[in-house]
Amino acid sequence: MSENVLFALEAAANGLTVGIMYSLVALGFVLIFKASGIFNFAQGVLALFAALTLVGFQTGQVPFAHLINAIFGTNIHDFGFTMPAALAILLTVLVMILIAILVERLVLKHLVNQEPIILFMATIGLAYFLEGLGDIMWGAEVKRLDVGIPQGMSPWVDEVTYNLFGYGFYLDELSLWALGIAAVLVTALVVFSQYTKQGRALRAVADDHQAALSVGISLRFIWVLTWSIAGIVALVAGIMWGSKSGVQFSLSLIALKALPVLILGGFTSIPGAIVGGLLIGVGEKLFDFLMQPVIGGATENWFAYMLALVFLLFRPQGLFGERIIERV
Amino acid sequence: MKMTKIAALIAAAAIATPVVAQDLHFPMLNYRTGPFAPGGIPFADGYQDYLTLINERDGGIGGLPIRTTECETAYNTERGVECYESIRGDSPLIVQPLSTGITYQLIPRVTEDGVPLHTMGYGRTSAMEGETFPWVFNYPANYWDGASVAINYLLDQNGDSLEGKKIVLIYHNSAYGREPIPTLENLSERYGFELVEIPVDSPGQEQSSQWLQIRRERPDYVIMWGWGVMNAVAIQEAANIRFPMDHFIGIWWSGSENDVVPVGEGADGYTALTFHGVGTDYPVYDDIQEYVVDRGLAAGNGDQIGSAVYSRGLYAAMLAVEAARTAQDLAGHAQITPAEMRAGMEALSISEERLAELGLPNFSAPFDVSCQNHGGSGAAMIQQWDADAQTWSLITDWIDSDRELIGELATADAAAYAAENNITPGCM
Repeated sequence: MSENVLFALEAAANGLTVGIMYSLVALGFVLIFKASGIFNFAQGVLALFAALTLVGFQTGQVPFAHLINAIFGTNIHDFGFTMPAALAILLTVLVMILIAILVERLVLKHLVNQEPIILFMATIGLAYFLEGLGDIMWGAEVKRLDVGIPQGMSPWVDEVTYNLFGYGFYLDELSLWALGIAAVLVTALVVFSQYTKQGRALRAVADDHQAALSVGISLRFIWVLTWSIAGIVALVAGIMWGSKSGVQFSLSLIALKALPVLILGGFTSIPGAIVGGLLIGVGEKLFDFLMQPVIGGATENWFAYMLALVFLLFRPQGLFGERIIERV
Repeated sequence: MKMTKIAALIAAAAIATPVVAQDLHFPMLNYRTGPFAPGGIPFADGYQDYLTLINERDGGIGGLPIRTTECETAYNTERGVECYESIRGDSPLIVQPLSTGITYQLIPRVTEDGVPLHTMGYGRTSAMEGETFPWVFNYPANYWDGASVAINYLLDQNGDSLEGKKIVLIYHNSAYGREPIPTLENLSERYGFELVEIPVDSPGQEQSSQWLQIRRERPDYVIMWGWGVMNAVAIQEAANIRFPMDHFIGIWWSGSENDVVPVGEGADGYTALTFHGVGTDYPVYDDIQEYVVDRGLAAGNGDQIGSAVYSRGLYAAMLAVEAARTAQDLAGHAQITPAEMRAGMEALSISEERLAELGLPNFSAPFDVSCQNHGGSGAAMIQQWDADAQTWSLITDWIDSDRELIGELATADAAAYAAENNITPGCM
């Protein structure tokens, strides 16, 4: 096999693993959109907030320390202990559930029956609020996130590909973990929605709000449930991306990568989010590999959107989205 | 009736005699929020703490207190320009936007308004040509100096020859990141090394394509022009592909604790340029502890003291204060105007003796500013990260840049700017 073909295969393999990282972010959007028709602009900030909270718990940081010190003239920063990753993740999950309850009580409850654009605007406000809250609570400095997921070149992939092709592929172990985590997450979501009472209620609300209400399903409970699950998915995305780059405020920008994934996969399909992520990942890496010598690289940001634009022209509902039928 | 007349007289007197502010206005265009806050916060803290020290310890400059005003730019060019517009009527003595994008927008504005602009180690490189850019200063070093110092360091490491070597430049795909390319291309021809340019789109959260390419290219060295999250991701990716960290050199904006701490052990040995000293082993830090921290006046959380970018903010404030002192000496009075401050900046002289007096011995290379040279010495050192000790340490002495080459490039660029903007170069 020629060297260039091997390089292209390596780029495609990396695209698959990076695509899964995009899918993890896109999943949160899909869950909320499917259950409530809301495009949650705050999903990226939820991932950031979850990661900040997780690091805060792990390192024993005092929340709002800067504010407390400024008001009371104290000089406190941390509790003086650290927390095991598993316990910190559990506590962060509880915080994300609390946020879901507060979002429902303080925002969504008051906007029932409003136009989708109103709900979308509300999530923009929520994004700014959570970003500011995260800043005040945990500070804006870059934080190291380590929950024990290994990083670096996978020696196993290197060895296997070297034996096969005479050239060892580079694949990041973190991305391989992301593949496994995404598989577990999607399986759990499918099992939950197919085989549990709450999952069936969630699907019923997704299909028809009015019909679900008429058979006694609590819309408010379903919203809390959906936002809680989206918060947990955001935590998973925050852990994966935060482990890669440290936890810093640009983490919220990963949401921008989820948009083309959603357009490709469809806003209402969990498998669509996965397939969309993989297509974007592989597409952008291969495009960059092939076009870099011609146009100089840095094509990834706009390539994903160009691909999404093509899909919008020919299949606006995405690969797995519900078919749009307009009756006149 | 009598009282009414007295009140009217007082009011008339108040209107007729405007209150003259007896202070020196040092505005701060900071960014403490947004994706680039981790870089903006320590710089702002260092800048503010030094000015607080001067007020608390010395009672200000020449007997006049320093008044600071803070405006949040969030590293956003539009907001930066709005910040400038909000302070331009309040006699700002010096503006430091800490953003190349904002700098480019402000250059024509400050020139028209007569407000000195200091872009230390960033901004438009050719602004070192003082005759074309009389209101803009970029001492003590600029990006082209950085590129030249990096190559001079590598020449020193390779027995004065880079013939046949391959050097990758991985850069933030913006005006900032593209700044060193002309210099590096020129140096590549001169010294016979192959230059491979690899852009990274902002913010740079995902760089696997770039590092796969670097892995394929097998370069001898990688030079990085990054900012924000791009730095930490690049260093992590370099560690992932097992690129030797001591062959990876960042510009000074890629050499802060924020860039290496998230990577952990993998960042050990990473090197970066710096145009000032590192750490807190300077007498000035004792004064900051006594007059600023112990009095509860530290800026921000007070947890950035001694970090790389905090030191840079402190250095920027020190240079501003020294320029104001020089301006007061030249003007013969303490309440200086922005125009007098500009004259002070142009006459600024930073000597080893003065640095020692300020509690910053050998913190900076000595330099003199002149009408022709607004760019300072151009010298820089190499710092290296020790992941165990969590500290930067200096591994070289001052390395000079190739000012002959940079002067040629800057003169050509400044001449093009002057022609575009109908400027007749000359000293003020």
